[in-house]
Amino acid sequence: MKKVWVIIHSYIKRNRIMIINHPILGPRDSAEFTYIGDAALIDRPDWQAEDALAQFVDYGYLRDNPAGKHKELWFHEQGDRSFLVVTRDTTTHEISGVELARDVARKRGRRK
Amino acid sequence: MRYSGLRVIKEALTGHKGWKPAWREVAPKRAYDYVIIGGGGHGLATAYYLARNYGAKNIAVLEKGWVGGGNVGRNTTIIRSNYLLDGNEPFYEHSLKLWEGLEQDLNYNAMISQRGILNLVHSDAQRDAFTRRGNAMILNGADADLMTTEAIQTRYPFLNVNNARFPIKGGLAQHRGGTVRHDAVAWGYARAADSLGVDIIQNCEVTGFRIEAGKCLGVETNQGYIRANKVASCVAGSSSRLMSKADMRLPIESHVLQAFVSEGLKPILPGVITFGAGHFYCSQSDKGGLVFGGDLDGYNSYAQRGNLPVVEDVCEGAMAIFPMLGRVRLLRMWGGIMDMSMDGSPIIDRTHVESLYFNGGWCYGGFKATPASGWCYAHLLATDTPHEYAKEYRFDRFEKGRMIDEKGVGNNPQLH
Repeated sequence: MKKVWVIIHSYIKRNRIMIINHPILGPRDSAEFTYIGDAALIDRPDWQAEDALAQFVDYGYLRDNPAGKHKELWFHEQGDRSFLVVTRDTTTHEISGVELARDVARKRGRRK
Repeated sequence: MRYSGLRVIKEALTGHKGWKPAWREVAPKRAYDYVIIGGGGHGLATAYYLARNYGAKNIAVLEKGWVGGGNVGRNTTIIRSNYLLDGNEPFYEHSLKLWEGLEQDLNYNAMISQRGILNLVHSDAQRDAFTRRGNAMILNGADADLMTTEAIQTRYPFLNVNNARFPIKGGLAQHRGGTVRHDAVAWGYARAADSLGVDIIQNCEVTGFRIEAGKCLGVETNQGYIRANKVASCVAGSSSRLMSKADMRLPIESHVLQAFVSEGLKPILPGVITFGAGHFYCSQSDKGGLVFGGDLDGYNSYAQRGNLPVVEDVCEGAMAIFPMLGRVRLLRMWGGIMDMSMDGSPIIDRTHVESLYFNGGWCYGGFKATPASGWCYAHLLATDTPHEYAKEYRFDRFEKGRMIDEKGVGNNPQLH
């Protein structure tokens, strides 16, 4: 059994198939998810700020779009409908970290 | 050297000893009037029209790899001008008109074939939308033809018009659309630009911009510093990467789009067919291979390689309308990186840095736009005013709410 897993794992790694290791549900095919975009979308600007317009233009339209490590939001639409923050390398598609978006937001001081 | 039939005969009789390289190998000079970053179709077209239309001398095109090695060699070679919105249609129609005269203009055989493009209709609502689009095209001087199912069946008897989910109820055709040999576009523009004195410098990667007091003075490259009066970025696919060196964040995400070629077949498909509802479009190359593709993978990527779920999706789309393809084998597949902009339309504009210009955000419509993109970008570089056909392609349209969103899906780059 272990041997089979090693073979599958090496196949996945070689072909860079994107498996997202869901914190609650375990490894899931990325095809179950809908890609939302840069994880910076969690931090919605304050609409009452002095420069709210500039902040919302930035939030809505401008992206870092890095080549390399990218933190991004994936929505488990065909699963438990949780939002995840996935750290993925955009040059290799390798996934190096998965967290619940809720936990990430709470760590940044959000209540919900 | 001018290419012609007579020349071919002469060379054949003299042992093909007279052919010369299509463009010169040059080392970069220390300063240029114009430095164009990116030796793809758009960059080379820009250099060519800058030299031809505006008499500019002293132009360099810097290419980090080789000419024709980027997206101009990775697309599915389709040309068309079937857009709806005022900001887009005149631009793309101008592009199609330039395609029609391109081979004579460049003295280069780009195998331009106006075999027509057909967008399939599956419902009354879609027919209404396509009728509207066809009218918008005609108003802008393009051609459009709303075809009935019977007319489509006569032309393409192999189509499955009775698919249970997406029965074919007609289609919008543009008979002037078609396909082009994409490598030849890059080579043809490179050769024509070179003959007007443009320096094409391959293996020259821009590593940074030298910006002082808000003005771009030149570019740092792996072949040393190059001074320039004007610096023009033209690297769709890598725009964010390059412009981040000038501290710019763009309204762009980079996404991977896959394309496929089947084994060679006898001529079966006279034209381009798009089955948008099923995420599939297809044409047949002159070599016989079916050239086809579908949707984006849908996540940020610079890998030039996609994943298998999309391969399956595209092949399912193919089987839905071309059941006869069931036994055809896939020969090659690859991915290209798209500058997906926030409204699905491109940007040709100045930047906040003086004498630094930007051309990008072509989503997956960059190839057909090549001539007009070069034409309008050259106008912007030479005159510092936007060209009439590209005046809506501004950076500030997002802030001002003047988006050019053909599909109306908002700021979701992966959905355009």
